[in-house]
Amino acid sequence: MNPELGQLALILALILSALQCLLPIIGAWRNNKPLMETAPSLAIGQFVFIAMAYGILTWAFWTNDFSVAYVAQNSNLALPWFYKLAAVWGAHEGSLLLWMLILNLWTVALVVLGGKLPRAFFARVIGVLGFVAFGFILYMVATSNPFGRILPAPANGADLNPVLQDPGLTFHPPLLYMGYVGFSVAFAFAIAALLGGELKATWVRWSRPWTNAAWAFLTIGIVAGSAWAYYELGWGGWWFWDPVENASFMPWLIGTALIHAQAITDKRGGLRAWTLLLSIFGFAFSLLGTFLVRSGLLTSVHAFAFAPKRGVFMLVYLAVVIGGSLALYALRAPRVTGGKSFALASRETMMLIGNLMLTVACAMVLLGTLYPLVGEALNIGRISVGPPYFGPLFLLLMTPLVLALPFGPLSRWGKADLKVWRRALVRIVALAAAAGIIGFIIGVRSWYGLLGVTAATWVMTGVALFAIKRWREAPRGKRYPFEMLGMMLAHFGIGVFIAGAILTRSLSVEQDVSMRPGAGTVVGAYTFNFKGVSEVRGPNYRAQQGTMLITRHGKPVVTLYPQKRTYPGGQVQTEAAIQAGIFRDLYVSLGDPVGDNAWSLRVYDKPFVRWIWGGGALMMLGGFVVMADKRFRLKHAIEPETVPARPDPVPRAKLAEGGA
Amino acid sequence: MNAVRKRRLIVTLVILGAVAIAAGLSVFALQQNVTYLYSPTEVDAGKAPAHHPFRLGGIVKEGSVHQVPGTLTTDFVITDRFQSIPVRYTGILPDLFRTGLSTITTGRMEHGTFVATTVLAKHDATYMPPQVKQAIAKAKEENRIPPHALEGGGP
Repeated sequence: MNPELGQLALILALILSALQCLLPIIGAWRNNKPLMETAPSLAIGQFVFIAMAYGILTWAFWTNDFSVAYVAQNSNLALPWFYKLAAVWGAHEGSLLLWMLILNLWTVALVVLGGKLPRAFFARVIGVLGFVAFGFILYMVATSNPFGRILPAPANGADLNPVLQDPGLTFHPPLLYMGYVGFSVAFAFAIAALLGGELKATWVRWSRPWTNAAWAFLTIGIVAGSAWAYYELGWGGWWFWDPVENASFMPWLIGTALIHAQAITDKRGGLRAWTLLLSIFGFAFSLLGTFLVRSGLLTSVHAFAFAPKRGVFMLVYLAVVIGGSLALYALRAPRVTGGKSFALASRETMMLIGNLMLTVACAMVLLGTLYPLVGEALNIGRISVGPPYFGPLFLLLMTPLVLALPFGPLSRWGKADLKVWRRALVRIVALAAAAGIIGFIIGVRSWYGLLGVTAATWVMTGVALFAIKRWREAPRGKRYPFEMLGMMLAHFGIGVFIAGAILTRSLSVEQDVSMRPGAGTVVGAYTFNFKGVSEVRGPNYRAQQGTMLITRHGKPVVTLYPQKRTYPGGQVQTEAAIQAGIFRDLYVSLGDPVGDNAWSLRVYDKPFVRWIWGGGALMMLGGFVVMADKRFRLKHAIEPETVPARPDPVPRAKLAEGGA
Repeated sequence: MNAVRKRRLIVTLVILGAVAIAAGLSVFALQQNVTYLYSPTEVDAGKAPAHHPFRLGGIVKEGSVHQVPGTLTTDFVITDRFQSIPVRYTGILPDLFRTGLSTITTGRMEHGTFVATTVLAKHDATYMPPQVKQAIAKAKEENRIPPHALEGGGP
């Protein structure tokens, strides 16, 4: 198929997105039914053209059409077919197209599932999503066309970056984007509520399942990225506080705060302004993330080449979205706030502590991530801010959150119930202390490791106590509604994550060694016996493959085959060999020949490292489970419970009244 | 003062206090944990700290990489085509570490040698810190670069 058709499809999608932004919103404003009714068809039309463009680019990869510059740069005749499909989003232009496709998928899902929302509100939501799409498609068409040709076409492509030739790449970016882009739905709901002057907080309930879905996708996207870094970067780390990681972590922190703030607003009517702000910032941080990664402004392991034109466009777009939403917020928020008051030891307070810590942590990460840019702008010099800044501060900020976490679910809405608190506190402290002591007895010796065991037990005990409390107090069949079950899963996941993150760090044995064939080295309870290196061939690479027999008390446990691959373009890529287990990973990665027939090797024993991702997976699951709750099912068409759409959405006089 | 106002005041004060503490700690932590990047020319001119760790960025000089046999210690030279600094690193080098390509190392000066604790090479083989890029562009104009030196490495 002709790549120019892809470009045409993009331009048509651009026009449709502009219409999708304007017509429904004008329709809702003028209370014009026919205009409002254009929303679904425009959204689906845009989806068709974006899907077409995406399909055409995929086809170009599939058929090795190297006359398309993007294909020539990121594919190769020898590239296995599944990496050809994944290579579509292997670099800048294609990943933007994926971003767009996913935005369209969310919009279409909304069209299909949101049919029962009030028409004016629905039209505004689709309109806002149209605006988001318009900005991005314009960006693609203006600066990042994936369908550009090179003539004459090269006989073979340059190949996909070997770091990206891994199953992790197949899942990491799409999942991450599902999360990033998913926050645009929460954003659209918030903006629609502001535009329409929704007086009741019902819109928050409509928005909650979408926010939870986006958050769950973002969670698993970050987990996939972390796991990928673990085995693909070849040195067994799982989080580096790299700017690009921070870029995905900031929306996650805000998103986590948002799903809790939404719960408060939904159930108690309070914190509406805060929920609105978080909805705006959740999406703003998603955009900022895309901008930071794509502009190449920051030095990072991901560092893509710098493209000033792209950076400036993104910056302008970011300014329009954030500035515009905040201006709207300032104008309209006084109208949509309200809520019930609550006692100091209530569930709201606990959730607010969490919210506060999460947003402050996000600000801290933002400061550390942008500081190098500030330094450069002020001519202080080229600086970098690393893990010594982020690590301890994050730990410090998360401590109150972890301490408060069990007491959120155990407290009551609005009122203080100190008796419950006291009983729970005694049990949690007792169990957490017991876990610390058991940890000490079975061999955890560092204060950091003991702290981890205690904190993880603290959180998990809290979840268990809550489960017991519900079992006793609630009638059969109503004990664990999905919303609550999801919360319990996610909170338990945090406990698992804490255990994994901290135990891995305090118990890991990591050695960089040089070994001759036949030599052995002791790592923890295991002996790693190096058998030598041989040459093997893969589908599109040659590799030097080491053989490492691992024994414990003289008995063989496993033989691992770490590789050092050389791709046709000359790129070298280390493939670590990992024996994965619930309680420990054994990890070997092959370095270089260091003379005297010896090789450098990394040999690690990493206990509990899987718990990090297991905890993340539980959190994701929790997010999805919450969505299934009956509370969020729209049974019949909802009549507008709020201000009916009127010619002028908010007459000035009313605004003044509302402020008084 | 009524109960609602009192509660609001407490909440506001708690939030303000937390934010102030967090901001203070952040700024303190930033000042403690920032490392600066220098090019070999700047190091040669004595601009880099003598006793503190810093980052040294540049090109791995052609033909300068020597492994101390049987150990993990590697000696190489980082250059910006004007000045060169000898570097010693004990550990496993990243995949993209190759002569003629750019690298960023962290460490400190000891007796005229930069003893590195980490060596970074970038995902993208064509990436170069802007500072080093400028120096090299200048060197190119003055024909200081050996023929074919910059053609090594991936796309």
